[in-house]
Amino acid sequence: MRFRYHTRYSDARKLLPWTEGRVAYLLLVLALIAAPFVLQRFWVGELSYIFILAIASLGLMILKGYTGQVSLGPAAFVAIGAYAHALMLDAGVPFAVSLCLTLIISGAAGLMIGLPAIRVSGLSLAMMTLAFAVIVEHVLGRWKTLTGGFSGLPVETPVLFGFRLGTPTAFYFLCLAILIITLLGLVNLMRGPKGRAFVAVRDSEAAAWGLGIDVARTRVEAFVLSSAILGLSGALMAHHVQHLTPEGFGLLLSLELVLMVVIGGLGSLRGALLGAVLIGFLPRLISMAKPLLPAQVSAQFGLEIFAYGLVLAVFVLFEPRGLEGRWQKTKAFLTSFPVYRRDTFRRQKTYMRSERLK
Amino acid sequence: MSLFEFDAVTLSFGGITAIRNLSFHVEKGEIFAIIGPNGAGKTSVLNVVSRVFDPNEGQIRFDGRDITKVPRKGVADLGIARTFQNLELFERASVIDNLRLGRHRFERGGTWQSLFNLPSHGRREDEAREAVEAIIDLLDLSPWREAMVGSLPYGVRKVVELGRALALEPKLLFLDEPASGLNSEETRDLSFWIEDIRRDLGITIVMVEHDMSLVSAVADRVLCMNLGSRLALGTPSEVQANADVIAAYLGT
Ligand SMILES: Nc1ncnc2c1ncn2[C@@H]1O[C@H](COP(=O)(O)OP(=O)(O)OP(=O)(O)O)[C@@H](O)[C@H]1O
Ligand SMILES: [Mg+2]
Repeated sequence: MRFRYHTRYSDARKLLPWTEGRVAYLLLVLALIAAPFVLQRFWVGELSYIFILAIASLGLMILKGYTGQVSLGPAAFVAIGAYAHALMLDAGVPFAVSLCLTLIISGAAGLMIGLPAIRVSGLSLAMMTLAFAVIVEHVLGRWKTLTGGFSGLPVETPVLFGFRLGTPTAFYFLCLAILIITLLGLVNLMRGPKGRAFVAVRDSEAAAWGLGIDVARTRVEAFVLSSAILGLSGALMAHHVQHLTPEGFGLLLSLELVLMVVIGGLGSLRGALLGAVLIGFLPRLISMAKPLLPAQVSAQFGLEIFAYGLVLAVFVLFEPRGLEGRWQKTKAFLTSFPVYRRDTFRRQKTYMRSERLK
Repeated sequence: MSLFEFDAVTLSFGGITAIRNLSFHVEKGEIFAIIGPNGAGKTSVLNVVSRVFDPNEGQIRFDGRDITKVPRKGVADLGIARTFQNLELFERASVIDNLRLGRHRFERGGTWQSLFNLPSHGRREDEAREAVEAIIDLLDLSPWREAMVGSLPYGVRKVVELGRALALEPKLLFLDEPASGLNSEETRDLSFWIEDIRRDLGITIVMVEHDMSLVSAVADRVLCMNLGSRLALGTPSEVQANADVIAAYLGT
């Protein structure tokens, strides 16, 4: 058993109050730094891809997990970021400048969708974002003079301060650095007033208005922030695939991103990362498992979609709070080992509107 | 001049008139209760004040200023807080964060400082925490400080909602049925808190309440509404003895 005693309010603001936690994260970072020197080239690329997905997952988590706005078309913003970045590099814009402009451009695209989204929520918003994603994919396919259409757009190698980041290892560190910066920024933002306002808008709009939170504005802000980060991941994605085609940013990518935040655990940045790792590795796990499966099964198309569905169903049934919920329970079990009670995380009866007393 | 004036206000939803030409005023430092049968329009009065709905006619004044046209998010800045009949809490946030959100009007801006976790941001967070701790002390919420609101029993949630409204540091506090769903012990605590809030924090209180024992215990004056209009206004004993009030409650 362990209790947290604070002697100062600033103690409560520490990100990692326990020594074990600090050591664990330090080891994780060290392992990630060592990884490209011990892993095969293929896995270095694979890990870079997971980092990119994790950035995108963080972006979507802000929208879905923190403000509760459903988006079924996050891939559209990844695509906008990817194409904007590739085209700017083409036009000779330096890499770092192009990344910053990509944030602004995809954020502006988010504003464009976020403003009309004030009026709708739930299913209508889901439909609107889905339609937007379909439109973006089509425009990218048809606007051949700009995007190269379905034959694609080659992406230049990133050059940062005169260094060409062409090798998988260099690109790996670029992705890792951007992921860590994004994560730290969001951690700070989400535990501050802005993050609290996001959560307020998600859980009760009526109360949020009553406390002086501009609900409409907050929802749009979340849209812009989320899209900007999705766009940033798109810029890195462009370098990862090296040749952009519209199919790369279709509904499958949107589906994967939505699964990451739902399975990761809504309302948690750690959940977004865990979800990205699980969903990102799933296709690899499937291809590794294929030789072990009976021939009739492994020859089937769409095995991945099936696996996504299965994972989602398992989580909805057994762990609605996602990987983050699992994590919390495991941690509670380990730290309170002999006296852990299974009911610690059982929710009190929730009061539905109709059963609350009048 | 009274602190709060409700002047000939009418609110209708299509065919239903929720508030019908209603006038009353609340003095500074008063505890003012609104009673009435279901559907009398009590919650609608609160909703008009917090700008959920535009009144069709009439004027609402606070501190002598017409607030009928302030934007919805601006009501908190005037120093007007409210609670809700059906609890509107931030369920998936901790008690501390719920109370912190009560202070949102003091926490606007500073987004960049928080992004980089600058010392100035830390100081602001600590100050906010101190203000919130005072409320936790007042309402005996310390056992639940870090708990998710969604995991708390009903009685505690009602107290958290009261605390969140206090965190706004209001001049005028509207409570919508604060005692509904509470047991007698919790209701007694509530009546002490309401008196403390008025006496120690100097907050004027308007409460909608069905529990007449609570109303008689704490309220200075009572407004009884029926079908959107004023049926009676006076001290608790006057209103309870009023023939129209008795008739309205018995449904004759
Ligand atoms: N948003 C709305 N749309 C349509 N009618 C409404 C709306 N809100 C309230 N009403 C109607 O206005 C009338 C007054 O409702 P109100 O909620 O103010 O009553 P109340 O006195 O608070 O009742 P209760 O004691 O049940 O809480 C009722 O007839 C109700 O049906
Ligand atoms: Mg009511």
